[in-house]
Amino acid sequence: MNIDSIKNGVVIDHITAGRAMELYRLLGLDGVGVPVAIITNALSSKKGKKDIIKIDADIPVDLDVIGFVDPGATVNMIKDGAVVEKKKMKLPQILKNVLKCKNPRCITTTEQELPHVFRLTDADHKTYRCIYCETKAK
Amino acid sequence: MKRSVIDITDLTKEEIDALTNVAEDIISNPGKYAHICAGKKLATLFFEPSTRTRMSFEAAMYELGGNVLSMTDAATSSASKGESVSDTAKVISCYADIIAMRHSKEGAALVAANAASIPVINAGDGGHCHPTQTLADLLTIKREKGRLGDLTVGLCGDLKFGRTVHSLIQALSRYENIQIVLISPDELRLPDYVYNDVIIKNNMKCTQTSDLLWALPKLDVLYMTRVQKERFFNEEDYLRLKDSYILTPEKLARAKKDTIVMHPLPRVNEISVAIDDDPRACYFKQVLNGKYMRMALILKLLADNKAIDEVTV
Repeated sequence: MNIDSIKNGVVIDHITAGRAMELYRLLGLDGVGVPVAIITNALSSKKGKKDIIKIDADIPVDLDVIGFVDPGATVNMIKDGAVVEKKKMKLPQILKNVLKCKNPRCITTTEQELPHVFRLTDADHKTYRCIYCETKAK
Repeated sequence: MKRSVIDITDLTKEEIDALTNVAEDIISNPGKYAHICAGKKLATLFFEPSTRTRMSFEAAMYELGGNVLSMTDAATSSASKGESVSDTAKVISCYADIIAMRHSKEGAALVAANAASIPVINAGDGGHCHPTQTLADLLTIKREKGRLGDLTVGLCGDLKFGRTVHSLIQALSRYENIQIVLISPDELRLPDYVYNDVIIKNNMKCTQTSDLLWALPKLDVLYMTRVQKERFFNEEDYLRLKDSYILTPEKLARAKKDTIVMHPLPRVNEISVAIDDDPRACYFKQVLNGKYMRMALILKLLADNKAIDEVTV
């Protein structure tokens, strides 16, 4: 299967196989109106299988979301057909409006306009806690 | 610089030690502090009723020579019209120099602190944090035991929803050689996030038991808590667990002669009134110490915000 190279845009590579659709949704790529190619189960020399997302437009992508969903992914920024920047992902310290606090006693349940913000409290266990009530994200 | 105190960890150990020093100086020299906050206003925003904490803050401000603006009933405030906590905090910032706030929702004080242009003191946000109670507890332990390290501290009752317990463990984790004994029914055990993130992370020595009688002889401090009805989703669970741990003179006879008994109050029946006259009972001293620590904290936050001169002991 061939997917043409992109000229200007973003390639999210080394996505753990099976996670591309989740990333696609969380990055809001379904609503941006630009060409996006999702390749699943591509061959990978390191992982065996991987997913890839190619965005054929120079649009901003939320690296924190990618780092949270798949810290092993890499993001390649493409300009004039060449990789101009390669970013390795890591777990973000702060996640804003990616997760929702499920604690019924949290202030975010009554103050709807508040952003849902989570802080990384334990990188080894990928534990995020709500900054308001400290409830662990599920 | 504007600083707020939402959680006890917003204060360093050194700052807490300095606050206890100021509080002890206030006790020794009340006249020195009687007019220090003249012309300053404390707003007490109590979205959830709590007479004792509100009055403690108000008494603290009056004893510093300041004034108080009080909101005691959320039902008659703009909150009942749907005003957000952020907007309320911004509005009150125009009237007062410092806010003490209680709210039933966890994290409400942080939201207020982020929006306000003046310092905010969390006077309790649901089951989450109650840092000034912890300051009262620390001053009580220091005054009664003469130290804040080398202690075996038993925490008994509702350790799941008891926010005072969580904050106290957090505060004690910074002192040397603290042994924690957690005494509760299984249903009300300390939440994982406190156990893992505070006790395990700080390598604190800790024992968990459901047996108060077993634990009593080992303790330097016994911290009792109320099983609070408002923290339960159903009444059946509350009725089944509320009498789990009641301290009576017979049980207290097993404790050491210098074990102190503490309680954040109000109590229901978890400490028999027959214990009130025992010299080891310190829960009413805690109330008084709470006022002194709130005075010290108000002074510190106003000074940090350049609203008054820094206090030197």
